[in-house]
Amino acid sequence: MERGKTLFWLIPFLVFIVALPPVTGSVTLREGIFLILMYVTLASSLNVIMGYTGYVSFGHIVFYGIGGYISFYLMLRDGMHLIPAMILGGIGAALAAFALGEAVLRLRGAFFAIATIGVNEAVKALVNNLNFIGGAEGLFFNFSVYKAYGGAARAIWFSYYTMAAVTLITVVASYLIKMSKFGLGLRAIREDEDAAIILGVNAKRYKSLAYAASAFFPGMAGAVFFFKAGNIEPHDAFHLIKSIEMIFMVMLGGYGNVAGAFTGALVYERLKGFLLVNPLFKNLHMAISGVVLLLIVLFMPQGIIGFIREKSKKLRGVLE
Amino acid sequence: MLATWLGAVLNGTLLGLLYGLAAIGLNLIWGVMNVINLSHGAFIALGMFAAYFMVHSFHLSPFIGVFAVLVMGVFLGMATYFVSLHRIISAPELSTLLATYSVSLVIIGLGTFIFTTNPRAIDVRMGALSIGGTVLPMTRVLTGLFSVGFILWLYYFLYRTWSGKAIRAVSMNRDAAELMGINTTITLALAFGIGVALAMTAGVLAATIFPFTILSGGGYELKSFVICVLGGLGSPLGAMIGGLILGLIENLITLQIPTSYVPFLEFAILVFILVVRPTGLLARR
Repeated sequence: MERGKTLFWLIPFLVFIVALPPVTGSVTLREGIFLILMYVTLASSLNVIMGYTGYVSFGHIVFYGIGGYISFYLMLRDGMHLIPAMILGGIGAALAAFALGEAVLRLRGAFFAIATIGVNEAVKALVNNLNFIGGAEGLFFNFSVYKAYGGAARAIWFSYYTMAAVTLITVVASYLIKMSKFGLGLRAIREDEDAAIILGVNAKRYKSLAYAASAFFPGMAGAVFFFKAGNIEPHDAFHLIKSIEMIFMVMLGGYGNVAGAFTGALVYERLKGFLLVNPLFKNLHMAISGVVLLLIVLFMPQGIIGFIREKSKKLRGVLE
Repeated sequence: MLATWLGAVLNGTLLGLLYGLAAIGLNLIWGVMNVINLSHGAFIALGMFAAYFMVHSFHLSPFIGVFAVLVMGVFLGMATYFVSLHRIISAPELSTLLATYSVSLVIIGLGTFIFTTNPRAIDVRMGALSIGGTVLPMTRVLTGLFSVGFILWLYYFLYRTWSGKAIRAVSMNRDAAELMGINTTITLALAFGIGVALAMTAGVLAATIFPFTILSGGGYELKSFVICVLGGLGSPLGAMIGGLILGLIENLITLQIPTSYVPFLEFAILVFILVVRPTGLLARR
């Protein structure tokens, strides 16, 4: 099959998933799919810096938290509508990433990973101390905020569709980035940064832009998530475990692969849901996730999609 | 006023020595095999629970049992190396980061299942020492002394024994060491084992001072990153000095600013030093 057909099945599939809850009217399904959509957004955007560029951002959740806090604050204080607040949250996260990137992207490999953990912990500790955004207790919505959206029940459906739109944009954007000249430059940096520089890739600028792009979408996802939750606190917004979950999803599906990040997020959410609900595994879900992650790293480092790509040449064009 | 400062310096020094010991295992593994051991905190927590069972099941003083933990830790660490790291030791950093993180998930997952996350403490009453108006619990003093002891032991091991020299040779150049007849696989496993064992001993000692849960190791792990970055890689002395700096910062600065700002300050230092001088403040280069 020809190359470049990935989105031809990925987008219809995504739309199909999004349409399931309104068609069946199931609220349980909506909650599950809301999480899947958010995970797809997070994994696809992390993929830009981690999968394409080869810089493992261990504290990536910091941008989700920053976006969440900016938009939550704007909605609470100024009564701003979710959509503009969300976009401002995304832009804030992207700007923070660009500024940070200029400094920390000079570090390579493990040093970069540690620095991003440090950034996340530093921001979390700082937010804990800033009283105007609620300190350690965080911020809460008054129920009346949801009136502008036609009541709390409608607001939840509204946030569901907003998340769906964000996810769609993220998947398409991550695909376009990968296929563009910019994406090619990023992948050159991943393979050999020094060689890429010599061949004329402006590595410094490219890395900062990739970092900003991979922060923009988590920023928006955070905005929608915390709008729906109705409260935001530092411990939730900058939870390091969520960062690792993002990496897990990208690894599970396939590093540097658009369909991979999507599949990884989908499989991860289902797996986590299964483990949490099953009475036998309920209390052991963390340990089991650990074993699964170890098995992937040791025996299938290319992930599910990478594995299929290796086995079947025909499917490579639709799995990029 | 002076007594307050003296107390802060004494407490900071003792705590700093413990931090140094907690970080030294991470530093050793990082320096020798270029692996950031993200299961470091989980092993520290295991050490804390080892201390708990020592006291509650065997009525053994943690300051005696700590030697048994050291020996067990070496074997546990070597086993972990062969299960989770041996296959991917030459792979890019991402693989080893994730492999060690998955070990941490398994340990903490099982630990949460078995011990729950209720806080626990062990009650070791050993009296107190009074220096210039500052009362120091004996456990704190002993913890500091034991930390120094273990760090000196590591120095002796690395510079005076054959196995220690082999570890240093492997950390300088793995291929050349292999050509000189050193079994690098066993040597790397031993280095990982010693790193893990030191993390667990730090856990045992920390448990005598502070209450803990299975998740408590995480805080020490993050502090250990700061310390390793402060002190530079691969030098036990660097880790000890980094630990002392951190312990003193925590105790002296809180005399002036609220305690809640301390984590922010620590991580800001971490990022700043990484960006400005990634080889560490004390690196020889």
